[in-house]
Amino acid sequence: MDYHSPASFAEASALAANATGITRFLAGGTDVLVQLRSELVTPDTLIDIKKINGVHDITRNADGSWTLGVATTGAEMSEHPDLGKDWPGVVEAMDLIGSTQVQGRATLTGNLCNGSPAADSVPAMVAAGVTVTVTGPDGTREIAVEDIPTGPGKISLAKGEVVSAVNIPARGENAGDAYLRFIPRTEMDIAVVGVGVSLRLDGDTITEARVSLGAIAPTVLLVEDCAKALVGSKLDDAALDALAAAASAACNPIDDKRGTIAFRTEVAGVLAKRAAKIAYARAKGENA
Amino acid sequence: MALDDRKSDFTFVGTRPNRPDGLDKVTGRAKFGADISAPGMLHGAVLRSPHAHARIVKIDASRAEAHNDVKAVVTRADFADVPFKPGLEGEFWNVLENVMAGEKALYDGHAVAAVAATSALAARDALKLIEVEYEVLPHVTDVDKAMASDAPIIREGAADYSVPEGMHPNVVRYHESGHGDVEAGFAEADLVIEDSFVTEATHQGYIEPHACLGMLGNDGKGELWCTTQGHWIAQKTCAALLGIETSQLRVTASEIGGGFGGKTTVFIEPVALALSRKANRPVKIVMTRSEVFRATGPTSSASMDVKIGMKTDGTISAAQGVFRLQGGAFPGAPGDMTAMCAFAPYNLTNVKQIGYDVMSNRPKQAAYRAPGAPMGAFAVESVIDELCNKLGLDPVDVRLKNAAHEGTKASYGPTYERIGLVETLEAAKAHPHYAAPLKPGQGRGISCGFWFNHGGETSVSLALSEDGSAQLMVGTPDIGGSRASMALMAAEVLGIAYENIRVTVADTATLGYNDVSHGSRVTYASGLATIKAAKHAVEKLCERAAAKWGIPVDAVKWEDGCAVPSGPNAGDFDPMPLADITADMGSTGGPISGHFEATPEGAGVSFGTHIVDAEVDPETGKTSITRYTVIQDAGKAIHPTYVEGQFQGGAAQGIGWALNEEYIYGEDGRLQNSIFLDYRIPVASDLPMIDTVIVEVPNPGHPFGVRGVGETGIVPPLAAIANAVSNAAGVRMKQLPMSPPRILAALKDNG
Repeated sequence: MDYHSPASFAEASALAANATGITRFLAGGTDVLVQLRSELVTPDTLIDIKKINGVHDITRNADGSWTLGVATTGAEMSEHPDLGKDWPGVVEAMDLIGSTQVQGRATLTGNLCNGSPAADSVPAMVAAGVTVTVTGPDGTREIAVEDIPTGPGKISLAKGEVVSAVNIPARGENAGDAYLRFIPRTEMDIAVVGVGVSLRLDGDTITEARVSLGAIAPTVLLVEDCAKALVGSKLDDAALDALAAAASAACNPIDDKRGTIAFRTEVAGVLAKRAAKIAYARAKGENA
Repeated sequence: MALDDRKSDFTFVGTRPNRPDGLDKVTGRAKFGADISAPGMLHGAVLRSPHAHARIVKIDASRAEAHNDVKAVVTRADFADVPFKPGLEGEFWNVLENVMAGEKALYDGHAVAAVAATSALAARDALKLIEVEYEVLPHVTDVDKAMASDAPIIREGAADYSVPEGMHPNVVRYHESGHGDVEAGFAEADLVIEDSFVTEATHQGYIEPHACLGMLGNDGKGELWCTTQGHWIAQKTCAALLGIETSQLRVTASEIGGGFGGKTTVFIEPVALALSRKANRPVKIVMTRSEVFRATGPTSSASMDVKIGMKTDGTISAAQGVFRLQGGAFPGAPGDMTAMCAFAPYNLTNVKQIGYDVMSNRPKQAAYRAPGAPMGAFAVESVIDELCNKLGLDPVDVRLKNAAHEGTKASYGPTYERIGLVETLEAAKAHPHYAAPLKPGQGRGISCGFWFNHGGETSVSLALSEDGSAQLMVGTPDIGGSRASMALMAAEVLGIAYENIRVTVADTATLGYNDVSHGSRVTYASGLATIKAAKHAVEKLCERAAAKWGIPVDAVKWEDGCAVPSGPNAGDFDPMPLADITADMGSTGGPISGHFEATPEGAGVSFGTHIVDAEVDPETGKTSITRYTVIQDAGKAIHPTYVEGQFQGGAAQGIGWALNEEYIYGEDGRLQNSIFLDYRIPVASDLPMIDTVIVEVPNPGHPFGVRGVGETGIVPPLAAIANAVSNAAGVRMKQLPMSPPRILAALKDNG
């Protein structure tokens, strides 16, 4: 196994482009090192991107948007004084992952690029409209988070491409987001169903909505029909029921050791309603 | 063994000093199984079957053996040829077959070969160089399917004499007991409920994986360090499997990071010794968590039918149960224990119970806290709860009405001596928890539970030092704070401070045979032996004092740590403290020690009653345990904090077993969830504060009245939680674990 710690993303990209066999980028390592130890994936090339300048930075841009370095940890996000005020759903989703120790290492980028349909931060990022900057042999490009995963453990990045920044949009006025997941325990578990919701209001009426579901299909989904059920409503019971129906209808899950098809389909609707209520309250400036 | 000198007022017993091993454990100084190394040490790794059932056609280890880093490879041929005998008589053969497969791999994870190499990584890599040719065979992992006529046969001829004609060869033991006429009893009942229940296998979940360091020479002399609940059984078993003399293998028990019954046998220990003998170097093996799940001993899974008849006043007129337990690819599933414990809390005129021990393609089950009892209690106490609901009766009153007491003929045969079940039920009824209002969506569950408790072979020595301190050597590994309890009991007899007594878990070369730390026996049996050994030393102390004073020894008695004249006629002497006697013992007759060994048989059965509140989310089926109270008879609590710890631990493990823990097998017969992420033991935030009430009804068989407390605490939880959840959800839950998908499906089925 070859280990590299490049000083720039261009160098990281070049190393990956020229590598043979299995290549993994190492940020927090909370998936890569676990897979290595359990012999699930033994990389031939390991490229550590933690030593590139700025990868731990959390920056609020002039337009109110945010740029996060790719090695920014869950703990750094939770401890940031303002990020969680703008995007509580994204920060809480990241904070649900693993233990306190894991929070000191785990990253949004790693959670995304591991390609798990059950990744907690991904539905929250999709709902929030987050994009990532990707550096490759031909320069950089910006991709929506929902376009990164292509199947369990698979992502759309080409050989030699590496995520070099996470871009969270400006929150703007009268808006809120939320992420809820179902686990049988109270912590230290993997989502059986995950739901991210982001809303904007005009008065009491929802004008914009993005709803994303996790762990109910081969990839995290952005569900248009859920958004349609919400937009124009005041989150009345009819809208909530339509939301739940749309969420359940979008599910394409499997039966496995973590949950059944029937359970995931049902609970996706339940959590969508609950998350929408939290996001709505937040958009109204209430504590939720 | 009734004793007439039982004590009831205490100086040290019943206090709560810090445990003597506490500082070592919180500072990392304590040495657990993996915390040891030796000069020249090699690292072992075990190759395991990827198949649930397969004939081993050929093992080619030549590429591994040729590797520079590899110093030894062993297969079954490197062990002693222990002859096969049916059933439990052939337990050495069963253990050998389990630690290294013979003709067939019998479950996913079954060991088929092992290597010793210069590093742990090299050993793991070397496993990939071993080529095993398998002929995959049909498999079965479910207990009911394993009993069906078309089930694949795990091994012909494994059944013992007890199995009735015509049963499938996978049924290897049969138990039937009871008394009265159950049919007549059912005819007298106003309501009869019959139902079926299923529980899945769970693992003890000890945090410390199995680990050992073995050294064995070609002269048949060896040393073994391992994490175990009983190093004498490890010594005896390893010696048999390797064909050496028992006494030539010295075994030292490390500190133990949990066992709960799962460390009462051997897995990697004989393998490390076989590798060491071949490589002529010490060999260390440490299991991964996945190996612990796949290849050590979880508990049995169970399928059960229970039928109980009740009169409108709550009297149980008849009770009957059939309990089918699957214990992996070997005999040993405790179907007999399940049957015998199931109705043991009740004073029944008509009772009948049947237990089956069934083999399947799963790992060999091991003991897990009151092995077999929790499943039976789940089935029986669920039916009693349903009867109470249907007849509109209070669940505690009904249990009180039917409760066993002194003189009751137990469902499994004997007549009870003094027992404390009624006292636990009365304490439950009086507890604020039982009267507390429930919120909407919450339900309350009650269950009783029983365990036999055990005595077992026990040997203890105590030696006094010149400065008046004492060292106590016991042979039972400390799995629950027993060193503190032993020191308190010795302090009580000697009359010296708790802190002046050092308790050591001695190695196999230091004491005679000691049975495993199991059966809730340690505080009872090692405690009894400690008291007797300390009294033995006191006799000698009194002799020395008598000689100094020039009076007969029967004119001296021992009080508060001093020899004193037994009465005014014995003479007028100041009390002589222990340290004054030991100070010059070298010149007054030599070292002063005490010793005791026996197989005490008055362990005293144990009962508990649990009260649980559960809240079920009707939209997701998720359960929260909102309040939990454990009430149990401890006989006499030597160290109340550690008694409470045992009560709470039993409840915590029971919550896991009831709600989310389970062995999940795929269609291919392979274990799907061999990591803690997917084998869901409760995390701290899943548990409420678990309240405890210690009831003390002294055990006539122990000098201080002790009853073991380690196991009974896991018997009621499955049933108590199932009753709480069923009452909260409004639908009877008959299958464990009551995971959210199962509860949500039951709610949907119920409309």
